Amino acid sequence: MEIDARGLSCPQPVIETRKAILSKVTSFSVLVDNIAAKENVTRYATVQHYDVVETTTEYGWKLDLEKR
Amino acid sequence: MNLSQEKKGLIVAGTITGIISVVLVLLGNPANMGFCIACFYRDIAGALSLHSAAVVQYARPEIIGLLLGSLFISIARKEFRPRGGSSPMIRFVISFFVMIGALVFLGCPFRMLLRLSGGDLNALVALAGFIAGIIAGALLLNRGFTLGRSHTQSTVEGGAISGVFFALLLILLFIPSLLKFSTSGPGSMRAPVIISLAAGLIVGALAQRNRFCMAGGIRDLFLFRDSTLLLGSIMVLVAAFIMNLVTGNFHLGFTGQSVAHTDWLWNFLGMALVGYGSVLLGGCPLRQTILAGEGNSDSAMSVLGMVAGAAFAHNFGLASSAQGTTVGGRWATILGFVVITTIALVIIHTHKKEAVHGN
Repeated sequence: MEIDARGLSCPQPVIETRKAILSKVTSFSVLVDNIAAKENVTRYATVQHYDVVETTTEYGWKLDLEKR
Repeated sequence: MNLSQEKKGLIVAGTITGIISVVLVLLGNPANMGFCIACFYRDIAGALSLHSAAVVQYARPEIIGLLLGSLFISIARKEFRPRGGSSPMIRFVISFFVMIGALVFLGCPFRMLLRLSGGDLNALVALAGFIAGIIAGALLLNRGFTLGRSHTQSTVEGGAISGVFFALLLILLFIPSLLKFSTSGPGSMRAPVIISLAAGLIVGALAQRNRFCMAGGIRDLFLFRDSTLLLGSIMVLVAAFIMNLVTGNFHLGFTGQSVAHTDWLWNFLGMALVGYGSVLLGGCPLRQTILAGEGNSDSAMSVLGMVAGAAFAHNFGLASSAQGTTVGGRWATILGFVVITTIALVIIHTHKKEAVHGN
């Protein structure tokens, strides 16, 4: 599963991430294109016990989230 | 990512920002107005003769500094990203009413904290309103409110607002006769230009680095139970409070406060409108200014919306004064809630319909 949060204003990338976490998805990716979104999603996912692996892409970042 | 590193950054940035805010007052700015994003855009609108309220006209170098500070640091850190195209007109309208709300209260969220740090209890009432507005806005976000995606833009589009404010700086320094300068009232109270500019540059760079947002802190606490961003605001409050105590600028009470009124209902509602609009925009007036510097032309539209709102507020007698609120200001605040809510509900409804058709 992949959430495309590119171009969305704060805090929508986190809201989309939370929706996935609340629906018990244990492994998914989030695409973001600004640093505030990257940091906010990473912080939220970490607090929710997900490991976050970050890959730089041409548009921004791909964050791979995996339940610990 | 190191979590404590992020918090450390916010603590340091908040403390420095709080100290600078009080220093600006000691050097000439109006009391509890080291920074006020709303008041300063209003003063700039006045300096450019967009309104003719003689007491609030000055091309505040703090604002120019904030924007350029964010521009420079984002270029240096390779974070300057020209983006835009996410409902610019709606952003203009929401920002317009955010400014109206701020001028009914007499301060943006930043100044609300500074007023609080100086003992102005009216700001406490406003804070309650601000929180209420943020929660209302956050509920709309949860129900699917969105202003749509932004897209990559040209460097010219992303840098245009910085160019405009740089031009304003050149005019202020070299052809000041083009601008209006208050000779009495809050607009006449100002720290030396170079110090104001430097203060803006420093705080602008710090705010860019730490994603400072006065609305975002409360929003994240409510939506995600995350207090990280709030830490910045708290440190501004604490640092400015201590500075005010030490320098004898702390005066606890509702009455006799500088550039403030005691109309509690409209302090509450004015700031509620600011919180409501800020959350839907994705950031408070300070954050909009910083994002505009980073190349976000949607936030540049927010800046223009705020300048327009300020001009209207004074041309049509909507802005409050130390004497209190105005009838027009109260109606404009209510109109702001109606307009923003209508926009939000239409957007949410449209997206739901699209989602159904999409399936």
